[in-house]
Amino acid sequence: MTLALIVLAGPLIVFAAIACLPPLRRSGRPAAYVSIAGIGASCAAAMAQAAPFLRGAGIEAVRTAEVVWAPIAGAPPIRFGLLVDGLSASMAVLVALVALLVQVYSLAYMAEEKPASLGRYYAYHALFAFAMLGLVLSHNLLQTYVFWELVGLGSYLLIGFWFERPAAGRAAQKAFWTTRLGDVGFAIGIVVLWGAAGTFSFSELFARASGGALGGTALAVGVAGIYLGAMGKSAQAPFHIWLPDAMEGPTPVSALIHAATMVAAGVYLMVRIAPLLALTPQLASAVFAIGVLTAVLAASMALVENDIKRILAFSTVSQLGFMMAAVGSGGAEAAYFHLTTHAFFKALLFLAAGSLIHAVHTNDIFRMGRLARRMPVTAACFAIGALALAGVVPTSGFFSKDEILAAVLAGGHPIGFAILVAVAGMTAFYIGRAFFVALLGAHDAEDQPHESPPAMTLPMIVLGILALAGGALAPAFPRLFEATVSALPAHEASTPIFVPILGTAAAAAGLAIAWAAYQRGALDPGAVRRAAHPIVTVLERRFYVDDVFEAGYRVVYLGVSSAVGWFDRYVVDGVVNAVTWGTWILAGRLRTLQSGRVQDALYFVAGGLLLLAWLAWTG
Amino acid sequence: MTLTHLLLVAAALFAIGLFGMLARRHAIGVLLSIELMFNAVNLAIVSIAWSRGLATGVVLVLFGIAITVAEAAIGLALVLLVTRVRKTAVLDDLHDLSG
Repeated sequence: MTLALIVLAGPLIVFAAIACLPPLRRSGRPAAYVSIAGIGASCAAAMAQAAPFLRGAGIEAVRTAEVVWAPIAGAPPIRFGLLVDGLSASMAVLVALVALLVQVYSLAYMAEEKPASLGRYYAYHALFAFAMLGLVLSHNLLQTYVFWELVGLGSYLLIGFWFERPAAGRAAQKAFWTTRLGDVGFAIGIVVLWGAAGTFSFSELFARASGGALGGTALAVGVAGIYLGAMGKSAQAPFHIWLPDAMEGPTPVSALIHAATMVAAGVYLMVRIAPLLALTPQLASAVFAIGVLTAVLAASMALVENDIKRILAFSTVSQLGFMMAAVGSGGAEAAYFHLTTHAFFKALLFLAAGSLIHAVHTNDIFRMGRLARRMPVTAACFAIGALALAGVVPTSGFFSKDEILAAVLAGGHPIGFAILVAVAGMTAFYIGRAFFVALLGAHDAEDQPHESPPAMTLPMIVLGILALAGGALAPAFPRLFEATVSALPAHEASTPIFVPILGTAAAAAGLAIAWAAYQRGALDPGAVRRAAHPIVTVLERRFYVDDVFEAGYRVVYLGVSSAVGWFDRYVVDGVVNAVTWGTWILAGRLRTLQSGRVQDALYFVAGGLLLLAWLAWTG
Repeated sequence: MTLTHLLLVAAALFAIGLFGMLARRHAIGVLLSIELMFNAVNLAIVSIAWSRGLATGVVLVLFGIAITVAEAAIGLALVLLVTRVRKTAVLDDLHDLSG
């Protein structure tokens, strides 16, 4: 199985080449072509690797390219290697494919960058693709953690790509630190699991846990720690605060990292360790509850947002909440299906939004308008993405959302099911609002917008087809999960007929209200806004979560810092200063001996002579 | 006249020289005192050599006197130079090396 190595080597070689060869990096577009070729090769290899799993040709999960990383005396060594199973092989295709499309799209979107900056951009992209593919293909937790952090680095570098802008630098810092906060838990979880089971490997952990050798507090703490890491990366409340700010990065970056791949890594990890989660039911309930909470909070914040990228960012957070809710209620397969379709339609929405922003040079949907006629391809793609996000038949989003709702219901959470149906309605409303205002709105956008070049529309069309027809992949997912080490015991649950009906009704209602308010003019959004003034304020302040974090920073962090600073300044430094002062005073006394008069020195000579004489006399 | 008498004279001479070295204010006085101490030591060596009937002590002292001449020449030259530059050879006024 060298295919997995090709998948990884493509972006790694590209990154090394662009990073280590300054002429290539400064050349700009050639670096971009090299990067696209690398990720293209990687994508082709990933597809070849995943094909047998998709066909379900009785293929097994395989561990490949294993090396001993750290031998341990008296215990099995820590190995690094790749795991190719239904889950990782299909996820690798998803990552490589979206990365390829986004890199092609960036050729046109980033065309105004200076060549050196463009080279840097593609170097970061290659690094990110390598890290993400490595994360997907890891066969143990420790290796996952290494790539997990590399992915965070790639995200940091790309959010802060326009580092001349202070907001971008701050957003990059915020994203890095917020996800790091969760990663502390991840590290603790890994160590605890290793301490209890003596292995990092997924399959061995699953075997020990199901065999009863791993359980109790250690398992619960370990899984909780890993979930904390997943909360950071997958922007679960209250760690969601970094994702809206991450929109300071270039739009293609948002499409790739902050919609399709990196933020999905947390969900992927939870799907990966689903067998462990199944053994800790209380924790699974917490995962479910936080997922539902995240879905509600983010969707409600999206209702009042005017920045098109932030609407999509909140939408991403909300959809990640859906996925986590599914994971928490035992529907890992549904979560993974939604992860896949979401990657397609959300990347599509971001790329279409980027195309709009490229044309009108603003993020504010109320400064766009009447773009549908001038940018038909973009408008059509945005419409497909919006329909898929809203979950309208027969787009891919309908099938995956339906599966999630069914999984939540089957998991025994009727209240959560009701909330998620309501959130689906909100989702349809806010994306309908964005669509009607930005693309069909009465306001005339400035700058004579026109359709984007083919390098931008082509990736959108490909993603559009996938977002539209992704539902056809549904039968392949059980096959993928048959050939994975993370397989859960299959449970036959027939979906009640009211699930898709309720989901569709919610979507239709949301879209209809959006249409009535922003297109037809039957409802005055301003009046609603005034009537619900306090609620709108809370939403616009994003539930004060950022303020709580800031207060925590100011009170706790700065408080501890100033206490530690005081100790350092007055106790640690004080001892040093006292010694210095004593030495100084003593030296001041001693220096008076050095009068500079030769006869004072001669007294010492004479005294020394007498001393020697006395010693000679007595000795 | 015994060796003891001679050594007592030498010790007295050395003590006078030591006192002069420490007490004289003028550089030339200090140099003269040092010469006195030197000659006290020479006298002690010669005395011991005489009492033992050895010639090596006398030879050693002769060499020493020759070297002292050179040393006195250098010392006086330094004092002359200091006098010319600093317009004084009083040691208490020459304390530039004070700490």
